[in-house]
Amino acid sequence: MSARFEVGQSVRIGDRTEPRHHRVPAYVKGREGIVVCLCHPQGLPEELAYRELGEPKQTIYRVRVSQPHLWSSYQGEAHDNLEIEIHESWLDPL
Amino acid sequence: MTSGETPRIGPHDFAGLDAGPVDTSQHDLAQWERVVDAIIYLLGKKGVMKDVAELRRHIEDLGPDVYERLSYYERWAASAAATCVEAGVVTREELDARAAEIAKRSEAS
Repeated sequence: MSARFEVGQSVRIGDRTEPRHHRVPAYVKGREGIVVCLCHPQGLPEELAYRELGEPKQTIYRVRVSQPHLWSSYQGEAHDNLEIEIHESWLDPL
Repeated sequence: MTSGETPRIGPHDFAGLDAGPVDTSQHDLAQWERVVDAIIYLLGKKGVMKDVAELRRHIEDLGPDVYERLSYYERWAASAAATCVEAGVVTREELDARAAEIAKRSEAS
């Protein structure tokens, strides 16, 4: 399976409305991050949730997002990060 | 609070909202909760529920009011029922009739 992104690459998480079940929480939509790891490919929840096959499977990327960028009133350390796993079709290159 | 404007997906998508104090006390599961857990496992094992995404989707489809009212395993039970109806294992009418029968029986006793 060819992966569209590589470790270290900057990406933006899709900021879109999706009426079907999906696993991208609102608070990361539209946020920028860096790929830190490629995870085992899986089907899209948007399809699997409706008894569809979820094929072809997609590469999942663990994306690191800065916590202070995520939360306007963040009170932790400036270098704190959040890591979240996102399907390939939800990511765009920066 | 997130600085973004993206709308939440549903009642389950609450990260970043003010949740108040968190109850961190331990608790035992009731027997019916263990049964619901086993039912969900078996639905997967038997291929009635093809993916855990189905479990989540049926929970989200309960709507905000029911979602807030039900406990964790009550949501799972509702989702298991919806999955069985969708998969054609039982009809909603059969489920409702059986629930009414049980309610009547427990009223009598």
